[in-house]
Amino acid sequence: MSALELLTWARGTGLSLALVIFVFGILLRLFEIFSLGRKADLSRARDTSPGSGWRTIVRRSLPPPGLFKRSPVTYIGGYVFHIGFAITLLFFVPHIELVRGLTGLSWPGLPMQVVDIAAVAAILALFVVLASRLTNPVKRFLSGAQDYFAWLLTLLPLLTGYLAFHHVIVDYTLMLALHILSVELLLVALPFTKLFHTVSVFVSRWYNGDIFGRKGVAS
Amino acid sequence: MPSTPADDNVWRGNALPLLNEIRHALERLLATGETTVIDLGALPMGAQDEAELLDALGTGEVDATVDAGGPSSVRETAFHGVWRVTHRNEAGETQARFIEIAFVPELLMSQREDVTDSSNALSKRLGVEQNIRK
Amino acid sequence: MAIDGPTIAEVLRQQGISRRGFLKFCATTASLMALPPSMVPAIAAALENARRPSVIWLSFQECTGCTESLTRSHSPSIEALILEQISLDYHHTLQAASGTAAEAARKAAMQENAGKYLLVVDGSIPLGNAGFSTIAGISNLDMLKETAAGAAAVIAVGTCAAYGGIPAAQPNPTGAVPVSAIIKDKPVLNVPGCPPIPVVITGVLAHFLTFGSLPELDALGRPKTFYGETIHDRCYRRPFYDQGKFAETFDDEGARKGWCLFKLGCKGPVTYNACATTKWNQGVSFPIQSGHGCIGCSEPGFWDAGPFYKALSMPIGPAKAAVGAAVVAGLAAGSAVALRNRSAKKSAQAAHQKVTVADLEKSK
Repeated sequence: MSALELLTWARGTGLSLALVIFVFGILLRLFEIFSLGRKADLSRARDTSPGSGWRTIVRRSLPPPGLFKRSPVTYIGGYVFHIGFAITLLFFVPHIELVRGLTGLSWPGLPMQVVDIAAVAAILALFVVLASRLTNPVKRFLSGAQDYFAWLLTLLPLLTGYLAFHHVIVDYTLMLALHILSVELLLVALPFTKLFHTVSVFVSRWYNGDIFGRKGVAS
Repeated sequence: MPSTPADDNVWRGNALPLLNEIRHALERLLATGETTVIDLGALPMGAQDEAELLDALGTGEVDATVDAGGPSSVRETAFHGVWRVTHRNEAGETQARFIEIAFVPELLMSQREDVTDSSNALSKRLGVEQNIRK
Repeated sequence: MAIDGPTIAEVLRQQGISRRGFLKFCATTASLMALPPSMVPAIAAALENARRPSVIWLSFQECTGCTESLTRSHSPSIEALILEQISLDYHHTLQAASGTAAEAARKAAMQENAGKYLLVVDGSIPLGNAGFSTIAGISNLDMLKETAAGAAAVIAVGTCAAYGGIPAAQPNPTGAVPVSAIIKDKPVLNVPGCPPIPVVITGVLAHFLTFGSLPELDALGRPKTFYGETIHDRCYRRPFYDQGKFAETFDDEGARKGWCLFKLGCKGPVTYNACATTKWNQGVSFPIQSGHGCIGCSEPGFWDAGPFYKALSMPIGPAKAAVGAAVVAGLAAGSAVALRNRSAKKSAQAAHQKVTVADLEKSK
């Protein structure tokens, strides 16, 4: 199988398979989570705090007072990774073309150099947070195999994309195929690992904010 | 509709690195006497890029045609020591284009083998003529 | 034509070409072989001793486009190439002889130059019914094996000979294979392209003629000098790609301004060929310069590598239909899970037993 054939498989059959598992998995997990429901809360609400859930969505994206100074690596690393990853994912023109191919939607992209910087920042941030995870005793204690697996799954698309773009190590065709395959791996694993937070993060934040509001500690 | 005039009216900037390469080659020529030949056929350039390059180089004092296996033109640019050498075959089709950075392009110089031949030929002819006079 | 004839330099000298003319010839040959001008002295030295090689050209399942391309190569012209530099002893489109005489010429060339001649092949070879393609009643497979046996090297010209090309595209009705699938004991050099750039064909021949050996090859058997870099990397429109400026359609402002054709399906990033620098028609232009994206014709299996007009990052499979099916399946499975959760909850509620203080007291 030549590199081009691998690429063709990745763009065709591979991508279709990955998308099927991804979409199926996400719907299944959402149904699973929402259909669980909660017991009716029979106690009287301590506080009427409309909008606590929505405010929590925003508040939890910002460091609580004092914590930024106590664990700057977690916060800066987290911000840099997530923003860098989002820019790379959403504003690299070939990625926009992929979305256009699937949905017909498109938006203007950013110059390659900007995306390049964002990707490098995201990759560096990933290594920094990994180092922190390994050296910080609390984080290390909390981490299981799945966390490292999720880290690797996130790194691979960024790394292979970067190497493909800069034509390093192997030729572009093969690296592009590996890049797409790594994304497919990520898509397949996403619904069934902690990476599902991509979909559930705001839902769970809203829920937490709302329930804490009822308990008297509204955002 | 492939190529409209507007198509090539865009500054792409591909000539700029080449001009810098020529500048370095000139410095090298002055410092060590080493000549540099750049094959224009090996560089990624659009029509506009090439026009920009030739425009930037301009035309200089020397304009020579060498008739060897088809007409080749040797043209000094406005920059002394920077030459445009274009090889054509007998049919007048362009075969290769070079920028040569040299005091005299190789093609203009008479070659030792040819000079030897000529020297022999001339001697032979003079020998014959002198024999006749005798 | 015998191999032990005069050297190339001697031929040129006999034609009254001066040393200066010879050096010009070397300079154009260097340019032709995509070698740096600093190689000219080495080429001159090699040509001093090079003799014209005998070339046998076999055409199998092909469209003659490769020969058409070669006959339009201008430097050196095909006439010069045939008459002065190589001895083309068999080429059934170009030779005057036909039938038995033609085959006799092939046999004669094979005998006279055994082990030294160069075999050029265009077209793929059918492994299915031999009757799909025969010449003088000989199957392509037999003729290739027989002729390659005594060759110094084999040059597969065109994507069909190099990688199977269109005859091998799905569903490959003739069972077509490339030369390299059959010839394992000789060096096989691939000059892919549909057709290959004419000067690349002659450039490879010139390399063999000059140095008596094949140039350095990449993993796909292509000479690195011509196929070492992608169209994209050598494209004069590359700066637009980097700036994010793309033509969206073939007639929009971006297209008129000559912006990057990536979104219109250009395969330049995954295609290794010399089009962007060597160009076509005496260096006049190449597809991208004429406003059309690269279709990747020098890559193996390019016919089956997705539509020509879809951007490289776009899905090419039945992704949409698959996602639709996945949505349906996900909804169904999700509903089933939800129902199961509900019934589990209900039965848990039904089985729920209340504990009173009295019960606790009793258990003491």
